[in-house]
Amino acid sequence: MEIRVSPTRMELTKLKKRVAIATRGHKLLKDKQDELIKKFVDLVRRNKELREQVEKELTSALQDFVMARALMPEEILEESLMYPIASVDLEVGRKNIMSVIVPTIESNDQTEGDKNIYSYGFANTSGQLDDAITTLSGVLSKMLELSEVEKTCQLMAVEIEKTRRRVNALEHIMIPQMTEAIKYITMKLEENERSNITRLMKIKDMVMVEGRV
Amino acid sequence: MSMYKLGVIGDKDTVLAFKALGLSTFPVSSPDEGERALKSMARENYAVIFITEQIASQIKGAIDKFGDDILPSIILIPNNQGPLGIGMQNIRSSVEKAIGVDIFFESEGEEIEGR
Repeated sequence: MEIRVSPTRMELTKLKKRVAIATRGHKLLKDKQDELIKKFVDLVRRNKELREQVEKELTSALQDFVMARALMPEEILEESLMYPIASVDLEVGRKNIMSVIVPTIESNDQTEGDKNIYSYGFANTSGQLDDAITTLSGVLSKMLELSEVEKTCQLMAVEIEKTRRRVNALEHIMIPQMTEAIKYITMKLEENERSNITRLMKIKDMVMVEGRV
Repeated sequence: MSMYKLGVIGDKDTVLAFKALGLSTFPVSSPDEGERALKSMARENYAVIFITEQIASQIKGAIDKFGDDILPSIILIPNNQGPLGIGMQNIRSSVEKAIGVDIFFESEGEEIEGR
């Protein structure tokens, strides 16, 4: 538990400086941790909401899609969807939340012409397919938001854990160890001082006795 | 800002629906295929990978490897049979990791087995 130090004044000054720095670092880290957790709680709440919505809407959209394909021959369906008109590209940026780098994800819509999202003529396909695809494209934007928020939450969780470890290491190990060492040195120095005084007193007595003789 | 791609890994029925929207799709039928698809997508500039919970539950290790990276963002989605709750479980575990206790899901205690 204790640090081995030589009980000198140099060592003492050094240690005192280190404790001061460690205490300051601890305070800063603690503040960082509090702020991170505050942000994290908001985000994770949003994450949960989004996920609930996405899961619900996506399941129903996919079920519609299954219904739609049940009404159509397999080959025609696959042929209809073979060459999608829309293509989804993402623009990804970086954002810095309390020194955690997180991505920002935005879709860069490249739908050609007007808002036609159907890659097929309407002759051979069922109406349900149109509906299913429309709902699905509505869910997609939410899914993208979810992907951004969820990733951010994951990254922040990792960072919070790291920060917490550092805070704990400083608070429960580093600072107590150094305070302990400081105490040890101070006591040792005082002890030396005292033994010095007694020695001087003894010598004084001896000198006085000799002087009388 | 550079361009990134968006992909879906899942069973054939699920990915076909996304294909209609212009996403790149990777239909897989076994965990091995899923893992391979995931790894190759991660190399190829995919920012967001949607993966069905059914597949994801079998290749958890491979997915967790990307947990600390900024990209790709791997998001679990339900397939047409409804959510399995793995995605929710992941949120819950990141809350536990960060805060130490689960503060949001207590009201749904009955959903969590063994609690």
